[in-house]
Amino acid sequence: MRTIKAEQVIDAVAKMCVSANRYLPEDVRKRFEECAAAEDSPAAKEVFRQIKENWELAEKSGLPLCQDTGLAVYIVEMGEDVRVEGMNIRDAIDAGTRKGYEEGFLRKSSCDPLTRKNTGDNTPSIIHMDVVPGDKLKITFMAKGGGSENMSRVTMLAPAQGWAGIKKFVIERVAEAGPNPCPPTMVGIGIGGTFEYSALLAKKSLMRKVGEASPDPEIAKLEAELMEDINKLGIGPMGLGGKTTVFDVKIEMRPCHIASLPLAVNIQCHSSRHEEVEL
Amino acid sequence: MAEYKLSTPLTDEDMVQLKAGDVVKLTGTIYTARDAAHKRLVDLLDEGKELPFELKGSVVYYVGPSPAPPGRPIGAAGPTTSYRMDTYAPRLHSLGQKASIGKGKRSDEVKQALKDNKAVYFGATGGAGALLSMCIKEAKVIAFDELGPEAIRELTVEDFPLLVINDSHGGELYAVPDRKAAGIE
Repeated sequence: MRTIKAEQVIDAVAKMCVSANRYLPEDVRKRFEECAAAEDSPAAKEVFRQIKENWELAEKSGLPLCQDTGLAVYIVEMGEDVRVEGMNIRDAIDAGTRKGYEEGFLRKSSCDPLTRKNTGDNTPSIIHMDVVPGDKLKITFMAKGGGSENMSRVTMLAPAQGWAGIKKFVIERVAEAGPNPCPPTMVGIGIGGTFEYSALLAKKSLMRKVGEASPDPEIAKLEAELMEDINKLGIGPMGLGGKTTVFDVKIEMRPCHIASLPLAVNIQCHSSRHEEVEL
Repeated sequence: MAEYKLSTPLTDEDMVQLKAGDVVKLTGTIYTARDAAHKRLVDLLDEGKELPFELKGSVVYYVGPSPAPPGRPIGAAGPTTSYRMDTYAPRLHSLGQKASIGKGKRSDEVKQALKDNKAVYFGATGGAGALLSMCIKEAKVIAFDELGPEAIRELTVEDFPLLVINDSHGGELYAVPDRKAAGIE
């Protein structure tokens, strides 16, 4: 059994919160450069220019990329041969969130759902734990903003609706969301499992790198097909019209009940901030 | 599409000349207010009390900035999604608010209020929080400090880059999704 000190987890998590909020990942930057070059409309080009100037400025000034520094969402893969010493793993991650959001001058956006009173420290974090073989601890962090999260949906389709029904629902969702979620967006889709599991699949799909297709060639084909069709909506960057409404589409699939076809669409704004650490 | 430089407080004349798609560089004093602050403002009106700032000619920026790091007046400060303020906006426009700054679509009620009150809805680039922060020269909390990021702040801005999304004549800039091309109609 390998042992990791809680302090190590806290420090690694705090560091990720700060750097992910200031530094737009390379995969996203690269895709935006490609999208900007492909756009014809001056408005679309101008939005991409501002997005680029913003990431350069965030890196230089130490300001976060976006004022919405998100709820801290973690996907944790915990090896069955590793233990965290000194603190429960969830408490350690929350302590890391508190430290990172405070020291990095990040906005605390977590509040009571009814009274709307801010919890003051951006916790509790959203933590999804998986136990996996091995003795490593892998933590993936995502700063999930509210504006794009609000445009997400879960639905239960009838099995007969199949791929055509899935496509229609996803495209309609992006159309209805329009300029609201800060397009160009990334669309994460969870198909199958159960009601709640489909949403988790959709969230997990957003952790895959931009441009990295599903390892299943059949699903990869569906991702490409959906991305092409969504982009025909012409909503464009910030809703001002253009070719890039979405900059990536990810699908995660899993078997479901014979009676069901759960579908979740999780929308990610252009400020797609994620980072991972392995301890 | 024209480009204008405007200063606060805004007037009817400032507003009626603007058309959807025009670019505006705004200088002067604007006020931040988002979800919780809007509710408080309307509660104050219901109770017949004074608002913490003068609505007449005002610009309200839908933003919840991140905390100011040392040496800066404010943290990242890009717009939040506007539809959540749609419940409150028509009333504030009827009392003299001339413009709001946000991102995303507005309700028909808000668009009507813009027409009725010679007001406009400006869009700023969502997610460009660091970039927009550079146009903010001063910031101070003037009400509801306990709301943290949602407190009302008085901002002094210089050449704040805006795009007219909805004008006072019923014009709108946002692209209409082409459902037919995307195969869902």
